[in-house]
Parts: sequence; structure tokens; C-alpha cells
Amino acid sequence: MPNEVGIDGIQRLIHAGAQLIEILPAREYSEEHLPGAINIPLKSLTEDSVSDLDRAQPTVVYCWDYQ
Amino acid sequence: MSPRAAWRLESLGFSDVYDFVPGKAAWLAMGWTSEGELAGSLTAGKVARKDIPSARIGETVGDAHRRAAESGLDLCLVVNKAEIYMGRLRGRSLEADPTMPVEMAMEHGSSTVRPSEPLEGLVKRMTKHAVDSIVVSDLKGRLIGALLLPDAQQALDSLSG
Repeated sequence: MPNEVGIDGIQRLIHAGAQLIEILPAREYSEEHLPGAINIPLKSLTEDSVSDLDRAQPTVVYCWDYQ
Repeated sequence: MSPRAAWRLESLGFSDVYDFVPGKAAWLAMGWTSEGELAGSLTAGKVARKDIPSARIGETVGDAHRRAAESGLDLCLVVNKAEIYMGRLRGRSLEADPTMPVEMAMEHGSSTVRPSEPLEGLVKRMTKHAVDSIVVSDLKGRLIGALLLPDAQQALDSLSG
């Protein structure tokens, strides 16, 4: 079951080396995103699109807000 | 969307997945750095003065008045021990009894904006409503600084000129 993380915990995860994935459309990602985040829009989240990621490493997904 | 993405990642074999529920909006509202085409655009947080005079709850109007005078501004912001913005003193409230605690003299309920607020639209609203300064605080209400209208206008002029 995925964990939830808030403002208080996100920096700790990033400093621990978590992978960041923005799942918004590419246009929104290119405008502004969290430092180091990669973009995989939700509808593109497939076996192929995540093949370069480390599945054992903490991985954080985010969108714009509480959507 | 992000819960679906988190579950999807787990189904793809990721063992330690987190859903950053507050999202990008909250990140930017904390005034934290970002990357991308808009990352360099002018926002309230980038232009706000961070060295604005401030006083803590329990300090006196005299303390606030002295700090405001030293800075050359007619403004002193009041924070609590957690650095949460609580109110402000300016004008006549800075001239109140100098022995009075700041919380007795301060204006409550002044508007705040987040550091990610785009500057151009904010300046238009401030100008329209004759607001000469606005407090910038993060998502948790912690004081970041104050945006002064002349500073904001100058920043926009520099960008366009």
C-alpha cells in the first residue's frame, strides 16, 4: 500500500535520494516542477516508461494538489 | 491523480512508493526552489524583503517602533515563537504606548500571499486597491517577508526595460 507524505516529510525523502515523478501533462511539467523530478504523465505510466527507474528505491509521485 | 499513480507504481513492482498529497502547488507555496520555464519568473517571494522589521508576541510597541525606525520603514510585523505571522504595526499603532505588548496594538487579519504568487497580477491588484505592502507567508503561515509595492513595480520595470 503506498504511503502518503506531506510538506513535513517530503524534504526528508528527497534528501534520502527518493526518485520524484510528476504525473501531470508534459506542458505543465516543462513550466515548473520540483528539482530533479522527471515527468511521466499518468496515462503514460507503464512498464516501459518506468524501466529506467530503481524499483527498490523510495519513489514519490505528485500532481498539482489534492486531486 | 497521484493516488492512482502511486498504486500503479506498486503494481509495477515498486516497493517503497509515496504519494506527495499536497502536490506541486504546496511545494511552490512554501517558497521552495523549482525548475522549468517559469522557475525564473517574478513572484512575491522573490521580490519580498526578508529583512523586514519584526517583533515577537510579548515584545513591546517600543521594541517594534525602534526596529521600524532603524529600517526606515513604517512597518513592523509580529510573529509568534513558531515564526507564524500574527499581525502588523504601522502608522499610529507604532506610536502607541511603547510599554504595551505588540499583540495589544497590532492590526489583526491583514491579508497574506504565498511566495509563489505571480508578481504582475499581484501588483495590479495592489495598485487597484491602494495597498502599499503585503505580507508573504508560506503554506504553514510562517513569515517570509513583506512585498513593498515600489519594490515590486521596480522589479517588473527592470524585467520589461
